[in-house]
Amino acid sequence: MKNNLILYIGILIFGIAAPFVFPAFKVQLSILCVLIVLATTWNIQGGEMGYNSFGNILFYGLGMYLCASVQVGMFFPLAEWTESGGEKTFVHTPAQFFQGMAVGLIVAAVVPTIVAGLIGYSILGLRGHYFAICTLGLGVAAGEISGGIEIIGAGQGFTTPPFPDVGSLDSRGEFFYFLSFFVLVLTFITVRGIYTTRFKLILNAIRDNEDKAEAMGIETMKYKIIGWMISAFFCGLAGGIMGGLVGYIDSTDVAFDGREMGVFMVLMAILGGKGTLWGPIIGATVFHIFKEGFWTFFLGWQYVALGVLIVVIVIYFPEGIMGWLREKYPERFGEVVDEKDRKAQVELK
Amino acid sequence: MVFQYPMISVQACLDGILLGILFALIAYGMALQWGVMNIINIAQGDLVILGGYIAYFMYLYGIHPAWGVIVAPVIMYFVGIAIYKLVINKVVDRDLFISILATFGISILFMQLMNFAFGADVVLANSDYGTTMLFNNNVVLPNSKIFSAFISILFAICLVIYMKKSKLGRAIRATAQNARAAKILGVDTEKVYAATFGINAALCGVAGALISITFTIHPYMGLPYTIRSFMIVIVAGLGNLPGVAMSGMGLGVFEEFADYILGTEFRIGSVFLLLVLILIYRRFKLSRKREYLK
Repeated sequence: MKNNLILYIGILIFGIAAPFVFPAFKVQLSILCVLIVLATTWNIQGGEMGYNSFGNILFYGLGMYLCASVQVGMFFPLAEWTESGGEKTFVHTPAQFFQGMAVGLIVAAVVPTIVAGLIGYSILGLRGHYFAICTLGLGVAAGEISGGIEIIGAGQGFTTPPFPDVGSLDSRGEFFYFLSFFVLVLTFITVRGIYTTRFKLILNAIRDNEDKAEAMGIETMKYKIIGWMISAFFCGLAGGIMGGLVGYIDSTDVAFDGREMGVFMVLMAILGGKGTLWGPIIGATVFHIFKEGFWTFFLGWQYVALGVLIVVIVIYFPEGIMGWLREKYPERFGEVVDEKDRKAQVELK
Repeated sequence: MVFQYPMISVQACLDGILLGILFALIAYGMALQWGVMNIINIAQGDLVILGGYIAYFMYLYGIHPAWGVIVAPVIMYFVGIAIYKLVINKVVDRDLFISILATFGISILFMQLMNFAFGADVVLANSDYGTTMLFNNNVVLPNSKIFSAFISILFAICLVIYMKKSKLGRAIRATAQNARAAKILGVDTEKVYAATFGINAALCGVAGALISITFTIHPYMGLPYTIRSFMIVIVAGLGNLPGVAMSGMGLGVFEEFADYILGTEFRIGSVFLLLVLILIYRRFKLSRKREYLK
């Protein structure tokens, strides 16, 4: 326990110091924070609950559009903004920008949560691969439909408000970094809190055998919806931040990017190890470093590498990094290993 | 609009039915591998597009693209076997989600490789078949669509007969019923799996060649075909060929009407939305009996 406290403080200090130590990587670090948030929250229903969703991208994209729309719509007419391509005609003052961002992020977190609650009852009744395909369809449908809506830019995209001039040039990167880092810390505290409660055990029971869990008197549907709503809350927040960070929203390439971000979150969680607290965090970090390496060195071939990477990870490494560590050092995970018993089992095999 | 101009409805229905027969062919391949190997292949649509590019290249080199209907399945059969040997045989008896993710990876890989190899342009292989006019020239049907529907039906019938009569077909059906029992009785299930995946890929090749003649192909257009075939299979059920044909045509008609009423930009979106709605409908219907989709 004491060790853990030192670890957390160390990470916190590193997180706060990071943008000043690596000033050139501020944007990358903020993206990393967002990725960790996405992977960790995917893990709540993907890893712990056993409902493998490709559709969390729905909440991410929804949050992205909502945050930007609120930020613009609070002060300027939204239709004219998108028509004029954004920043040329209207300029946010710093106060307006931050006010809009704050309200936008709240909306971006709350609305996807409500949406998840509303559709949860129908969709979470599906199981296994039907759930996976259904959520995949949901994400792609959202992208295609939002690409046809005029007021949020339709096909040509939506420019989010540019960061206002508040002194130094570095402030944009720092603002977004600390915002995403704050959300990351919030996510971590929430998820860690959840994982110590009975709620997590219920989720695991649903994953292991839903029918039996129901027979034991657990209202599985209620807990499934709550689990999904928690995921949606943080996905929406992450999407809102990412929209501001990227500065440009396109329906199928940035917001509802089921082909990229939607798979990334699944992949990061699996790479790190499904159903663990640290797995998605490690997975996201490794994945992001690896991806950026590929993206710079193999420009043009990145998606080919991505496809190969998915196949290799899924086939040869389904347990993830944490699963591998657990196999190797079971004592570290609080498992008591009876050598005699283990040997006997190995011999049996 | 649909009721004011009845000819538009007739046009949409006929277009939809001809299109739906093509979808049903792809869905039949999907039902085959799902039933036999218990795998959902997300890369199905990309195999279709790859088949389309084979026909397109024949067209570029001056051969009539209709011959692609014969060449594409042969090439695609070996592509299918190669994919099976490299990836699929490692996920056959694993969790279904693993197979979905692995084939998703293959899908991304194919999409990008085709993008590099063939460019990101929308292409079609022109067959010069002309058009047929019906109802006082109010309804226009390209002959290529009629040709493609005819070829699809022909291939489907051939395959059904093959599955019923041949030795391999019997082995495939036995494996679908009970893989373990088939293995005990001397069926080489590994070979059967490879052949099944190859046949599925060949069917995709035929469908792709036909699509490149009748419609357009583009490296990124694969996923909608996967979703369509998945939808047809879950509506019809596994191993129900008339059902597959009927729901394929139904989907085709739905799509054409969605195209006319909502506009082309919502066409793909409405297909994906329909999938979600169908799944939700089935889920509520089953939950009355306290069951769930399996």
